[in-house]
Amino acid sequence: MKNSEYPAWRCFKIRGAYEGYCLGIESTADDFSIGIVSFNGEVLANVIHAYVPPEGGIHPREAARHHAEVAEIVIQEAFRKAGINPRDLRVIAFSQGPGLGPCLRTGATVARALASYLKLPLVGVNHCIAHIEIGKLKTGARDPVTLYVSGGNTIVAAFDSGRYRVFGETLDIALGNCLDVFAREAGLRQKPGEPFGAIIEKLALRGDLLVPLPYTVKGMDMSFSGLLTAAISLLKKGVYRLEDLCFSLQETVFSMVTEVTERALAHTEKKEVLITGGVAANKRLQEMVRSVAEEHDANFCAVPSEFAVDNGAMIAWTGILAFIHGITTPIEESFVRLRWRLDEVDVPWVS
Amino acid sequence: MGELSQPVLIKKGAEACLYLAKWYDQEVIIKKRMPKKYRHPKLDEQIRIYRTIHESLLIHEAKKAGVPTPLVFMVDVKNSTIIMEFIRGSQVKHLLGIVSVNERLSLCKKIGELIGKLHSYGIIHGDLTTSNMIQAHDGKVYFVDFGLGEKTVDLEARGVDLHLLKRSLQSTHFKYANECFEAIIQGYSRVFDIGTVRSVLDKVREIERRGRYVAERG
Repeated sequence: MKNSEYPAWRCFKIRGAYEGYCLGIESTADDFSIGIVSFNGEVLANVIHAYVPPEGGIHPREAARHHAEVAEIVIQEAFRKAGINPRDLRVIAFSQGPGLGPCLRTGATVARALASYLKLPLVGVNHCIAHIEIGKLKTGARDPVTLYVSGGNTIVAAFDSGRYRVFGETLDIALGNCLDVFAREAGLRQKPGEPFGAIIEKLALRGDLLVPLPYTVKGMDMSFSGLLTAAISLLKKGVYRLEDLCFSLQETVFSMVTEVTERALAHTEKKEVLITGGVAANKRLQEMVRSVAEEHDANFCAVPSEFAVDNGAMIAWTGILAFIHGITTPIEESFVRLRWRLDEVDVPWVS
Repeated sequence: MGELSQPVLIKKGAEACLYLAKWYDQEVIIKKRMPKKYRHPKLDEQIRIYRTIHESLLIHEAKKAGVPTPLVFMVDVKNSTIIMEFIRGSQVKHLLGIVSVNERLSLCKKIGELIGKLHSYGIIHGDLTTSNMIQAHDGKVYFVDFGLGEKTVDLEARGVDLHLLKRSLQSTHFKYANECFEAIIQGYSRVFDIGTVRSVLDKVREIERRGRYVAERG
């Protein structure tokens, strides 16, 4: 793909007037990542360093300690991969929220330090919007219904009148969180490069018995906590094989998000479905969403795994979109926003 | 299915197809819940059958609560199909944007009162959106699509019901979502005493705050 074909060019008034690079910092949860992206949408580096807890879930303070420890080497690695100098940068972007407080603050501190040292403008980026924007850049989608499913988020969103609107979301825990907790209760162990979701997916392939679990779609919203409790109690009873429980869990929760995605698609009549977030790598979920897209004559766009998980490139790219539309974040307003909803953000770069 | 003729597909929704047809010389809607390829066949059948039965029961119950709903003529559980009265009118979704402010507010008050009647009778609609309300030519507002509903007087369920309506207003009618919701609550208050309304609204706020990311207010 030539640079001139990247969608971002459409919003540039004078071609070439916005040359440069943006460094993006992502640190909302367990990943610390630095991305370097050029203003024409080329990703030069996207280095992700994941924190894997020795046991249990993510402890925000421990994850933040990890981020602080690896920040320096990740930044160096990103510059090495990108083959550019810090002096070539024009703007620094960071993930300002939503996410875990200590983790976000670590990333924000790195961002402020870099920006003031290099005397560059700072842009605070909404993490959820960044997922959608990098998804659009990488798949060529222009105006999709987005299903964003990860360990921290379960959102069905689409653009309407200046903002991304949330059509459906979880009323309690995120889908990925539901899978993670179930996996931990089952005594499974995650490894770097093989998250719980991937282990459950593998086990589910060997299951075929559909065990009834609560199916909770309320209007356009979903609830996973009761379902998780039911699944864990079945697990503890030991009546069913773990493979069958993983299979049933996947079939049920994926059907729920697919149903909501389909309803958003029918309601908005958009012609693209974008699927992103850590859980988007799951083949069974992809198959379900693809089937719904076909049913409604919509294009199915799955974001490549490297850009579907939390990553710095998405922050850099969204930072660029905001920056070229005159949006910057003064240092004194760069405090982190733990509960920053994506429908609170104006997105003037989308029309 | 008896004397059924000329079914014309009028809406392909996410969950069901709606056909307009003639049935014993009467205009009817045939609502057929379509099998979903993406779902496990067993799960798919369970969901379709459950919702078909449930919807027809709740449509009937709602009438007892004093809420206009279509007449159910026939339920074909095996084919997850309901044949019901065709309501001539406009979806509230399309009306809200084109009527005057006063008409909009009085329509919302009326809707709020009907929701109050449902709730006080122990019915939760489960999918309160402005697409599921039809204002007939005689001015009556009909509620349809009870497939996600349930029978309960639980405060939590009432809260979720109103929360979903609020959310749907915000995503579809964001320009006047707040004034509409306020008018709906005014209508709702005609049915319930102030204490109950307050506890339902507190619940709505609690549910909002429970959401993944909501700015912490008050």
